[in-house]
Amino acid sequence: MGTTRRGFLASTAAASSAALTQNLAHAADEAAHDHQVLPSDPALRVKSLESLLVEKGLVDPAALDAVVDAYEHKVGPRNGARVVARAWVDPAYKARLLADGRAALKELGYGGAQGEDTLVVENAPRMHNLVVCTLCSCYPWPLLGLPPVWYKSAPYRSRAVIDPRGVLREFGLTLTDDVEVRVWDSTAELRYLVLPERPAGSEHLSEEALAALVTRDAMIGVAKVTLPEKGAQL
Amino acid sequence: MNGVHDMGGEQGMGPIRYEKDEPVFHARWEGRVYAINRTLGAWRKWNLDASRHGIELLPPADYFRMSYYERWLERLTNMSIKSGLVTREEVESGKPASGSSKAVPPITAANVEAAALIRASARRPQAVAPRFSVGQQVRTRNMNPIGHTRLPRYARAKSGIIERDHGVFLFPDTNAHFLGEKPQHVYSVRFSARELWGDEAKPQDAVYLDLFDDYLEPA
Repeated sequence: MGTTRRGFLASTAAASSAALTQNLAHAADEAAHDHQVLPSDPALRVKSLESLLVEKGLVDPAALDAVVDAYEHKVGPRNGARVVARAWVDPAYKARLLADGRAALKELGYGGAQGEDTLVVENAPRMHNLVVCTLCSCYPWPLLGLPPVWYKSAPYRSRAVIDPRGVLREFGLTLTDDVEVRVWDSTAELRYLVLPERPAGSEHLSEEALAALVTRDAMIGVAKVTLPEKGAQL
Repeated sequence: MNGVHDMGGEQGMGPIRYEKDEPVFHARWEGRVYAINRTLGAWRKWNLDASRHGIELLPPADYFRMSYYERWLERLTNMSIKSGLVTREEVESGKPASGSSKAVPPITAANVEAAALIRASARRPQAVAPRFSVGQQVRTRNMNPIGHTRLPRYARAKSGIIERDHGVFLFPDTNAHFLGEKPQHVYSVRFSARELWGDEAKPQDAVYLDLFDDYLEPA
């Protein structure tokens, strides 16, 4: 598959510039699609590089283990969900969160890399917020963990700013014309978290049960928070 | 630079490919690349902006061909060589040059949480006067620097309104090239979707960008 793609790309070099844009886009798509069948090449290169860096005393392999473990098991969207649920049940906390995200997040113990300055933007019946990083992959790590592949991909990054309503439709969310859509392009060291609307009918739920409903996608702004289907165990 | 990384408003990139229950890393090597990037930075041979620019400098066809962490691997290798942490020969052989001394890593399992997971903020304490105030109408400069910038092409020479003053931050355009921090104010600027994209956009929709003082001029 890798060779086909390389051959394909070699041929794009000769293509006209208009066609090139299309072909590169296609290639990006293919690259995203091929994510799970990567050639072994990078695995071998990384192994060799890591062993070199360790032998030179430039990195500690145990520190690498700790970083991987942190992002695989500790830092993730459950953190953001906890913040959202707290804001839903505690109006004073919500007010602090919207006024000064950094301080309010610190109250719950969140801060650090890619989240020193996080702004929380609130969805409402007539207001929908969507977060993107058109230039790279900025994302509120301490609250959501590392971003999914689609968030870092060309299709999302290119279209979120020019056609946010189309992007949302692709995620199954159709917004009517009485809704204002605000797109937040993370171009500096501020990070954004969407505070989704609390779903109707969730009044009886505890803070913990509410947190369990909040998805990563809702905090990026590509989904709403919904109650599980009737009859499902909560 | 006007590179392919600057994607806002591009068309023809295809549908968004959503993966259900996506793992944090799709292969072990992705996690290793991520972690090496995070910890090797402690040698202070580069900074976050230089590192972003390292991705932007990848040839366009490579940028699109590579997966996200393949780009990181390429950038990591390039920057490690360029900064002198390793030599190309060492990368190719996977072995330290004979007779080279062994360093002591600044980040270990003992201090990794403080050192690698909590990165230094780009905020700066200097009392720099803001050039603009909240509510003011501004226009972004028409600029096409060949170096690093955080003003995307789609938002150049456009009118917007200052919605919020975020305070003083170091300036990526100079910091990425080790030309100083040039601390200055960053503002949240609201651009109507119609200003950016024309009459087909909904009149009520808007895009907010966080922009540095140097990107703006009075409208």
